[in-house]
Amino acid sequence: MATAAHSVSVFGMIAGLIGVMALVAVNALFLIWMERKVSAHMQLRPGPMEVGWHGAIQTIADALKLLGKELITPRDVDKPVYLAAPIVIFLPVLVSFLVIPFSQNLIIRDMHVGVLLILSFAALTVLAILMAGWASNNKYAVFGAIRSVAQNVAYEIPLLITLMSVILMVGSFRLTDIVAAQNRIWFVFVQPVAFILYIICATAETNRAPFDLPEAESELVAGFHTEYSGMRFALFFLAEYTNMFIVAALATIFFLGGWRGPFLPGLVWFLIKVYAIIFLIMWFRWTFPRVRFDQLITLSWKILIPLALANLIVTAFVLKLV
Amino acid sequence: MSLLIATISFYLVVAATVVGAVIAVAARNIFHNVLGLALSLIGVAGLFLYLNSPFVALMQILIYVGAITIAICFAIMLSQPLYLPAPPRNPLKIQGAAFGAGLVFIFLGLLTRQTLWTPAAERVHDWSITTIGHYLLTQYVVIFELISLLLLVAMLGAIVTARGGRGGA
Repeated sequence: MATAAHSVSVFGMIAGLIGVMALVAVNALFLIWMERKVSAHMQLRPGPMEVGWHGAIQTIADALKLLGKELITPRDVDKPVYLAAPIVIFLPVLVSFLVIPFSQNLIIRDMHVGVLLILSFAALTVLAILMAGWASNNKYAVFGAIRSVAQNVAYEIPLLITLMSVILMVGSFRLTDIVAAQNRIWFVFVQPVAFILYIICATAETNRAPFDLPEAESELVAGFHTEYSGMRFALFFLAEYTNMFIVAALATIFFLGGWRGPFLPGLVWFLIKVYAIIFLIMWFRWTFPRVRFDQLITLSWKILIPLALANLIVTAFVLKLV
Repeated sequence: MSLLIATISFYLVVAATVVGAVIAVAARNIFHNVLGLALSLIGVAGLFLYLNSPFVALMQILIYVGAITIAICFAIMLSQPLYLPAPPRNPLKIQGAAFGAGLVFIFLGLLTRQTLWTPAAERVHDWSITTIGHYLLTQYVVIFELISLLLLVAMLGAIVTARGGRGGA
């Protein structure tokens, strides 16, 4: 990377890193509040109301509580792996922000392999879940980890193929090129099947209901992070909510025209679209019951992958013939 | 300044590769072996990045760390229980492994002496999808096909191993 053509501006990198850290923290605090409010209103409850306006700073109070909590390390854990897992799950999440274009100019580094960077580092999350589940030396944690691996491996394939059909249309891995290609029409109208497939796979990849088997509360306590407490637990939570932000941001960039929109500045449009997608994913959680494990795997291998491949082939044909 | 950062990161990447490889071979716990392998593969990806090939580096992480390591972990979790004590090392196997690895090392060492190296910075900067596609089907077609063959062999092996089912063996 460090060639003369694109020399790395150290100052820019540090500023970007600080911005990303702030975004990650604020986004997680906001999303937890949003999750509580959305779930509450869907069940005709008010949700948190006591701390701040409509419970707006409830999550800040919770975060302070988590910070002050004791870090419990169970006796029989595999110590180095147990301690490394929360860090390993958090680092790739940060890397993904390197290439996300928040608006026309608000992007840390506009890399020509942007999509690949996000997708390849997202794959490391699975490794971290596996480390956490295995090192905890707890049957619920191991079950959660095994489920998570099977699920992520199965859903990563249709996710990649789906995105590939958009990349085929644009002819570039660069995220700004993909946004620029949608100046006339959003790809959600050109590739509706791909959009639906992407949303399904993204819900599964972020381990959200109805695909939340890795941490199914009613069966596995908390799944792979059962044995974690305090700030280590908070890191898993932060990573999870940041992953939600990243998949929603990818959906926005690939299908909803990124930062484009009338009147408002690009950043505002981008965030509106991202949080609309996140709202959709939260809506799923309170609408669909959790699937059974065999249904989950069957859905991916027998329906989503063939559909995604068919979509890719049709896209290729249309591009060549029309 | 940036040269210093580049040098430090180069040695970090080399250290990750070597330490990971040592863990992958020497650790007694099979899960640690896999994690060492993952670390080593990430280090190799860093080397590719250093060689001005971000595409190959990210593919390395996506395929080797993201898919193959995970598949190995999955196989481990489905195999015999890990709380049982591991069997002692067989010295004959260690010698055989050292001999085989030494042969590969000598071969690669001779190969590096024979090759004419082009500095990474002088090679193409064009990493568009079209160029990569052309490269994969012209200059690097043999490597590309060999990798597919390897995956096919792995798949056939998995099918043959799994055919007996759980009751069999």
